Amino acid sequence: MNRRPRLAVWKFASCDGCQLSLLDCEDELLLLAEAVQIANFAEASSAMEGGPYDLSLVEGSITTAHDAERIRKVRRQSKFLVTIGACATAGGIQALRNFADVNDFVAAVYASPQYIETLATSTPISAHVPVDFELRGCPINKAQLLEVISAFLAGRKPAIAAHSVCIECKQRGTVCVMVQGTPCLGPVTHAGCGALCPSYRRGCYGCYGPMETPNTEALAREWTALGAAPRDIRRAFHTFNAWAPAFREEGEAHDD
Amino acid sequence: MDALPTTRTCAILDRDGLQALIAALAARGYQVLGPVLRDGAILYDEIAGLADLPAGWTDRQAPGRYRLERRADEALFGFAVGPQSWKRFLHPPVETLWRAQQGEGGLLFSTAAGPSPRYAFLGVRACELHAIAIQDRVFCEGPYPEPGYAERRRDAFIVAVNCAEAGDTCFCASMDCGPQAEDGFDLALTELIDETRHAFLVEVGSAAGEELLTGLPRRAAADAERAAAAAVVARTASQMGRRLDTAGLKELLQDNPEHPRWSEVAERCLSCANCTMVCPTCFCTTVEDRGDLAGSSAERVRKWDSCFTLDFSYLHGGSVRQSARARYRQWMTHKLASWIDQFGTSGCVGCGRCITWCPVGIDITEEAAAIRATLPEPRGEDHGGH
Repeated sequence: MNRRPRLAVWKFASCDGCQLSLLDCEDELLLLAEAVQIANFAEASSAMEGGPYDLSLVEGSITTAHDAERIRKVRRQSKFLVTIGACATAGGIQALRNFADVNDFVAAVYASPQYIETLATSTPISAHVPVDFELRGCPINKAQLLEVISAFLAGRKPAIAAHSVCIECKQRGTVCVMVQGTPCLGPVTHAGCGALCPSYRRGCYGCYGPMETPNTEALAREWTALGAAPRDIRRAFHTFNAWAPAFREEGEAHDD
Repeated sequence: MDALPTTRTCAILDRDGLQALIAALAARGYQVLGPVLRDGAILYDEIAGLADLPAGWTDRQAPGRYRLERRADEALFGFAVGPQSWKRFLHPPVETLWRAQQGEGGLLFSTAAGPSPRYAFLGVRACELHAIAIQDRVFCEGPYPEPGYAERRRDAFIVAVNCAEAGDTCFCASMDCGPQAEDGFDLALTELIDETRHAFLVEVGSAAGEELLTGLPRRAAADAERAAAAAVVARTASQMGRRLDTAGLKELLQDNPEHPRWSEVAERCLSCANCTMVCPTCFCTTVEDRGDLAGSSAERVRKWDSCFTLDFSYLHGGSVRQSARARYRQWMTHKLASWIDQFGTSGCVGCGRCITWCPVGIDITEEAAAIRATLPEPRGEDHGGH
């Protein structure tokens, strides 16, 4: 009974960047392959084995009726299901369709729109099936991905903090760009990237979505005080995590 | 402001003398840390000499605002306090406490870190001396002293600087924590700069300070120079940008947990935790246990934590302080009131960092004043009972 847990990696509507961060774990990849049996990972190998799986990592959002059905099959075959990245956890950048008529986008983008069959919305995996853990980010942080897998293997809770990016800025000694006049989403954004953009003197873009208790309204007032127009505020909240409720509502409160 | 204590040994260092001080500290094996200009702010980092100091720069601070400006002179310490405090070095933001490895006979534990560098801090302000003294009480007193902190603290050499500029968010005078450095230093400098001179009055605060000063090029301090130094501090004391009325403040906060102001401030508070991170006395930490993929090794990492996160008050079933109202009230009431019950002094030294570095400029002095304004005189003041 000492078999290795079986790992599967699944792709839905996404850019592949998050599952590639698994292949990006160059130093740890052999260790990972020893710790788990990689049973299904199309990006890495065409040798794909059937379920059931002990751990499924799911990338991407649900944008087609076919995928809405497929995720149910994945869930049925998976003991644990972890979603990775902004698409899977919030609907991704493609959830911008949710604010408009998807047929307008299809007509504008495709030469032969009659071949496109898609849903009116892009929604997170959790809107369709129960999810055991959501790992945020656009893209996810590979160190956090390894932490989630290690925690799963050890049967413990992943050490993934849900507080603001500000704490990461302060831990690494970055000077607050917002107090120096640059609008930043860090105070309402979920930690995980290590406060990358402020360390290059840029405001946070909100890639990890809303933090645990986001006061987006207070932050938007301060953005206005710093000179941001309503359109700037709407567009800042409506990017990779536009459909995450806190960001969705704050963006909608400002005119485009 | 009283004149400088006459019992202390004083001397005058010129710029070369200050350079010699830095060199002497380095020669004794200290890692010398002082103010440097970086990323549009004045931070504390390693310095090799006077050229690394922010000559001719000052800071303009306001709630949620910080900007550097050129000064008319070439003062080396002509600014208030920046975003970082010495807490960063004495109580580091991330520290691995131990590692464990699967061995043949079971788990093998090892302490993670080697010895810390011996720090020499150049430019410690009076509020920061008080903050260090507060953290000393937290970490070094009681039955379980924190060995890493205690070691770094014991080995640290402190060169204080009396403030020549009070920032708009400074209120150390009303907290009885400055601007005069009175205690807790090895040497204390007052920068004397005008058309005729650029020199430093240096006071001795310890035997180690005396020993170091003896080897430096210096001359005796004239009475006029002592008076000029006292005048610098007196002027700074009169320029405090803010004031916190501490009379009966502990009772005021502890007696009013349901005051409507807590809900009002919660509408502005981001729960981002910046105030607690920049506070030179906030000491809370969390620990993370991590294991590797193979399950053969593990480590425990300690990180700065904040009472503004949900995990901070997570008990079985959820966080005790769900609302921003509860979290802000916890922080401010602990800082200004229950800290006194716990450690014997206020947890606030009036440095103003929590005001300047709050992204939305929440002002702890304004919040305290707003609660006071809507109530009858607090009983602590009225009846003289504390």
